[in-house]
Amino acid sequence: MRVNFTVNGRPQEADDVWEGESLLYVLRERMGLPGSKNACEQGECGSCTVRLDGVPVCACLVAAGQAEGRDVVTVEGLADYAKHRADAHPGADSAQLSPIQEAFIDAGAVQCGFCTPGLLIAADEMLERNPSPSDADIREALSGNLCRCTGYEKILDAVRLAAARQSEAV
Amino acid sequence: MATTGTPTDITQGTPTRGGIGESTLRPDGTLKVTGEFAYSSDMWHEDMLWGHTLRSTVAHAEIRSIDTAEALATPGVYAVLTHDDLPTGVKRYGLEFQDTPVLAHGKVRHHGEPVALVAADHPETARRAAAKIRIDYAELPVVTDEASATADGAPLIHENRDDHHAGHVPHPNIVHRQPIVRGDADAAAGRADVIVSGEYVFGMQDQAFLGPESGLAVPGEDGGVDLYVATQWLHSDLRQIAPVLGLPEDKVRMTLSGVGGAFGGREDLSMQIHACLLALRTGKPVKIVYNRFESFFGHVHRHPAKLWYEHGATKDGKLTHMKCRIVLDGGAYASASPAVVGNASSLSVGPYVVDDVDIEALALYTNNPPCGAMRGFGAVQACFAYEAQMDKLAARLDMDPVEFRRLNAMEQGTLLPTGQRVDSPAPVAELLRRVKARPMPPERQWLTAGEAADVRALPGGLSNTTHGEGVVRGVGYAVGIKNVGFSEGFDDYSTARVRMEVVGGEPVVTVHTAMAEVGQGGVTVHAQIARTELGVAQVTIQPADTRVGSAGSTSASRQTYVTGGAVKNTCEHVRERVLEIGRAKFGTYHPAWATAELLLESGKVVTDGGEVLADLADVLEGESVDLELEWRHRPTEPFDLRTGQGDGHVQYSFAAHRAVVEVDTELGLVKVIELAVAQDVGKALNPLSVLGQIQGGTTQGLGVAVMEEIIVDPKTAKVRNPSFTDYLIPTILDTPTIPVDVLELADEHAPYGLRGVGEAPTLSSTPAVLAAIRDATGLELNRTPVRPEHLTGT
Ligand code: FES
Ligand code: FES
Repeated sequence: MRVNFTVNGRPQEADDVWEGESLLYVLRERMGLPGSKNACEQGECGSCTVRLDGVPVCACLVAAGQAEGRDVVTVEGLADYAKHRADAHPGADSAQLSPIQEAFIDAGAVQCGFCTPGLLIAADEMLERNPSPSDADIREALSGNLCRCTGYEKILDAVRLAAARQSEAV
Repeated sequence: MATTGTPTDITQGTPTRGGIGESTLRPDGTLKVTGEFAYSSDMWHEDMLWGHTLRSTVAHAEIRSIDTAEALATPGVYAVLTHDDLPTGVKRYGLEFQDTPVLAHGKVRHHGEPVALVAADHPETARRAAAKIRIDYAELPVVTDEASATADGAPLIHENRDDHHAGHVPHPNIVHRQPIVRGDADAAAGRADVIVSGEYVFGMQDQAFLGPESGLAVPGEDGGVDLYVATQWLHSDLRQIAPVLGLPEDKVRMTLSGVGGAFGGREDLSMQIHACLLALRTGKPVKIVYNRFESFFGHVHRHPAKLWYEHGATKDGKLTHMKCRIVLDGGAYASASPAVVGNASSLSVGPYVVDDVDIEALALYTNNPPCGAMRGFGAVQACFAYEAQMDKLAARLDMDPVEFRRLNAMEQGTLLPTGQRVDSPAPVAELLRRVKARPMPPERQWLTAGEAADVRALPGGLSNTTHGEGVVRGVGYAVGIKNVGFSEGFDDYSTARVRMEVVGGEPVVTVHTAMAEVGQGGVTVHAQIARTELGVAQVTIQPADTRVGSAGSTSASRQTYVTGGAVKNTCEHVRERVLEIGRAKFGTYHPAWATAELLLESGKVVTDGGEVLADLADVLEGESVDLELEWRHRPTEPFDLRTGQGDGHVQYSFAAHRAVVEVDTELGLVKVIELAVAQDVGKALNPLSVLGQIQGGTTQGLGVAVMEEIIVDPKTAKVRNPSFTDYLIPTILDTPTIPVDVLELADEHAPYGLRGVGEAPTLSSTPAVLAAIRDATGLELNRTPVRPEHLTGT
């Protein structure tokens, strides 16, 4: 079948898609967007998290056909996505990376980095909803994303840092 | 729609700054947060095929026949391979013994063993074709534990062993056995006022790295092959791959692609040979990516263990003796089992002074899943048991458990049971003092003033299982000792190539090693070392590949020590060459060139008094220095096979934990509130990375304490839970705050005084959590992981 949807603001089309192919497979193997990761393909680890019409979902659990006509944001589009959000609220600065991406680097929250794309999408969405989260809020929001390397402390630091920088910027 | 054809060149990454001791940021950080960093599962090639592995559905069976005709006839299928299609007489591989078939031959020995391979134009086509391969198995009785493995008439897992341990093991189903006898444990037991003993069980843990086994093999025009793969040691893979393919090593060109964690699980080969075979057969690039289910069969696990311990102590709290027997289940193939036995036995006494010991450790061949390397490597299982013993002794003597440990703590100069003297700082008592002195986390954190309980802070969390009624708190301590580097006489060297030249008027340095960056941050540290040694701002790290000499494995906490040492050593030689060039060019202008101690700093040649003699750019104008050198640490020696004596280890690292837990005694649910760590790292070359290693290692230890276990059916030897639904690893909700206290007591034998960091925190984390749960509940608890039924008696 053919599937049409928007990825990171650009209309995309994939041909000869098997019925069983997931959104994750189509993004990674057909559209040249391997940023969303394939750690379990079972909806358990969150490595494949993307936003589908704004809502974070596990792309491995979404059949490609379900994305027809919808809007997908992957980690590759996160910086742009955050910039548009910032442009809608003038005053926030618009660096090349989104604030959450910057914070992950600065806080040392990236080790092997395999969990990072999914965590970034989930964390960015949480900060959009809840600009000053408590630690319990952060833990709750990220509990669907496994990380095997960091022990999560630096990930918490990163989200706190992004929240603090955003609140300073406003 | 091309994606990534080759691994990411991290020379394109974030420019970083900073020498050793600074929290320099990762050069690959930006690429990893934008999704541009290419992991092994992201490899792509035009016109590539997908490989798939058919695996055994039974644990032990004779293969009567394999019928591939229908699979091969499936449209879209390019090749189906079995054992008979291997191109040479070399059909097995292995880290220590070559006992692992590339594809099962005659027999399968464990559930999930690779039997056949398919290459097709779509992964689903390959999977469906593989399902059409018909295998006729005649099932054999399974061997699953020590009793069944060594019983009279037990089936032999490997009938005709010809490995170097075959001659001295008491039974052919024992891979390796290492006794250690020192002093007279029986006589010493006579001096004991109390004697405690215990039997402990350590479950099978999985590395559960997030990036699945994967890679891309591209056939070359010269008949060779290019392999892009995630691994821990390129050259070890190469040594095992080339003979099976019948190619000289220079025709198997390996490049490290992005590695999504490793933790020991990538020391053994997984899909490497399979992808190469399919690529060479089809003449097309072949990509293989395991899914999570297959990943549980695609790598070895941590050895599950049974441990029997006896300790004695005098009334005033001094250990008199220790006896132990450690039985590790190695599963169907040897993998790293012999070395795990060496570690488990030599570190079985822990970081304590005990002169009279009687130790035996062994690993079995069984039909269970193969076990091998995982973070902590043999020392983890022992630590779980000896730390439980320390608490038992302290309780019997009515002493504080930390005080009891400090009374017996080893220090610099202590002899290990192997007779080896610990010749660098061993701050065991100090580490314990530090975790104990730390303020306690507040009680009953779930109570928020005037409001309902915040269930997120309670055992059971969002499942809302309690509001705190049956919740009790406990505190536990543990400390451990881990060796750094490969032991027992292994030639554990590394190679580094360093080039210094002038580009665009600036002195720049390029560092090339074959070190596998698996997330630990070696690439950051190598740049820091080069900046420190050569005084330049701009350092680029070349991607790791087999065009440079071996770096050894990214394991055993050894890479910063050994490959870091190699980078430092090569830089020192480069510096000498640069100074020679400088002397030749400018020596006549200033006497200090001949007389002073010269350094390279901030792009200049300076005297140790700080006088600037020349710009490096001028010294190197028109010339470059390019050296590739090997570097070795002090040699070690094998343990005597009867007495276990020998200077077998290079270096030790130590960590202590204090765990604070809350347990819902009604439902048997545990919430770890805090896991405080103190660790001696010798010298923190990158403090931020050191914290990341310690916190990550601590969390893996927490996982095995309360949730992680591969469950193997004892009747069929089949794995029951190969998924992230059923094999649980800690989430951010299961992981507490992990405050870290870092000591830096230099080891004078190591580069910069550093101590390997990665593994020690995994050791003591598990027993500390167990001790805290025992403290909260009063239960004995002698196995990992602790499950609700162990706490509620149901
Ligand atoms: S890959 Fe989708 S949740 Fe794990
Ligand atoms: S950084 Fe490796 S899984 Fe999170």
